[in-house]
Amino acid sequence: MLIRKNPNGIDLPFPSEITPREVYEGRRAFLAKVAASAVVGSSLWEMATREAFAQGAVQKLPATRNPGFSTNEKQTSFEDATHYNNFYEFGTDKADPAANAHTLRTRPWTVQIEGEVKKPQTIDLDRLIKLAPLEERIYRLRCVEGWSMVIPWVGYSLSSLIRQVEPTGNAKYIEFTSLADRSQMPGVKSRVLEWPYVEGLRMDEAMHPLTLLTVGMYGQVLPNQNGAPVRIIVPWKYGFKSAKSIVRIRFLRDQPRTAWNGIAPDEYGFYSNVNPNVDHPRWSQASERRIGEGGLFTPKRKTLLFNGYNEVASLYTGMDLKKNF
Amino acid sequence: MVFNPSPKQFKALKAVIFVLALLPFLRMAWLTAAGVPVDPVEFLTHGSGDWALYLLCATLAVTPLRRLTGWNWLVRLRRMVGLFTFFYAFMHFMTFLWFDHFFDVAAMWKDVLKRPFITVGFLAFVLLIPLAATSTNGMIKRLGRNWARLHNAIYAIAPLAILHYWWMKAGKHNFEQPIVWGSVVGVLLLVRVWWRLSRPRTEKRITPASVRS
Repeated sequence: MLIRKNPNGIDLPFPSEITPREVYEGRRAFLAKVAASAVVGSSLWEMATREAFAQGAVQKLPATRNPGFSTNEKQTSFEDATHYNNFYEFGTDKADPAANAHTLRTRPWTVQIEGEVKKPQTIDLDRLIKLAPLEERIYRLRCVEGWSMVIPWVGYSLSSLIRQVEPTGNAKYIEFTSLADRSQMPGVKSRVLEWPYVEGLRMDEAMHPLTLLTVGMYGQVLPNQNGAPVRIIVPWKYGFKSAKSIVRIRFLRDQPRTAWNGIAPDEYGFYSNVNPNVDHPRWSQASERRIGEGGLFTPKRKTLLFNGYNEVASLYTGMDLKKNF
Repeated sequence: MVFNPSPKQFKALKAVIFVLALLPFLRMAWLTAAGVPVDPVEFLTHGSGDWALYLLCATLAVTPLRRLTGWNWLVRLRRMVGLFTFFYAFMHFMTFLWFDHFFDVAAMWKDVLKRPFITVGFLAFVLLIPLAATSTNGMIKRLGRNWARLHNAIYAIAPLAILHYWWMKAGKHNFEQPIVWGSVVGVLLLVRVWWRLSRPRTEKRITPASVRS
């Protein structure tokens, strides 16, 4: 920049020469990170900053435990459940979501309800949370990769919401769309998946009382890396079926094209019910590692059909579960 | 002038590389013992596999680097780096057999035969065994010309290792790392093809029999 003096003797840059605040701050953050990774190594840097970024202020979310829908198995620690996540919008490593999800803005937040419904609408998060009494349910979570957790979720049956928006007789499927905003989600730049992330259920699966519209875990508001501010939990299906950070719910006549099923239909079925008898092509699904249970020498657990939620079996009577995996 | 370390310097350099190559193992062992990784089996499987691949690339890089720099003494480090490659590959296999299958050999074979990515990984590991076993001075002398022939197996092992990694990551459509390391292996192998084609017989091969460390 040339230094010019105006008649008052004060140095003023041209407006066009002033670096916008965001760019300037972004550059500083970038340089700081580069410098830090050069000095301490990027993983150490991430470890040092992760806690500060990811946790933030804890927001309590009071809910009444529903014992009928809860297991009394030992719960996974909050630390493990919030630092070992698959949430590709924030990176493919399981430590990435905890390190990167601080950039997600969960307020204001709305969920669009559309498609085959009599009352299509845009619901604000605050209204959504108050639509039905919040319950705490301790569910088993089985990831398609072969590990599992036990997590106390906070929410209410998705059926409560569905009844209020009144699906038409044509609604056979429900589709959940997750947020896909590059400015908040660094992983959306990668081409690992098609964005936005889309998941779906058959209507009877969505109406099953176990299917939980989830806004919290461990008695507090969902941490960003766990799919804040609103997600779905379908405990008898592999974890990837439970869409996170939902911005749209659509009621459809036909089965939607869902994220993993869409790119690899031989490996990830639309149903993806937990089933020890149907292997993933690359690994067995007969057993699982319960996170936090012992260590290297602890034997794996046997995986249970429908993740142990046998009450859903009637949804699939007459269906060949090996074909419709 | 070409850098040529004195025997004392070479010894020190070799010791430094030994310690550096052992550090990933020590780090993995330490963190696992301290209970840091959320899923220790995954942590050890990925860590040992990654380091086996990195060191395989380092082993393959010795000859091109020697020819580019004229640092012929580099070849005297190759055996150690190669043995570390085997060390991490062995750790990778043992994690699979022990902590994934708890020594249920029948279940392991089922996995090896049923899943192509494990089949090629297993094959790459099995092919490494004779190379590690024949790395002693005695074996080099005994095998003579056949030693070099046998150790050409590395040119099959490296692509198999990349294929193993590629097919494993294909499960999650995550090809970034396999592309990076596949390219490294590709360049290291293609440069040999190029040399072979451009100067067929003039190049004198340095065999471990001629340069013993």
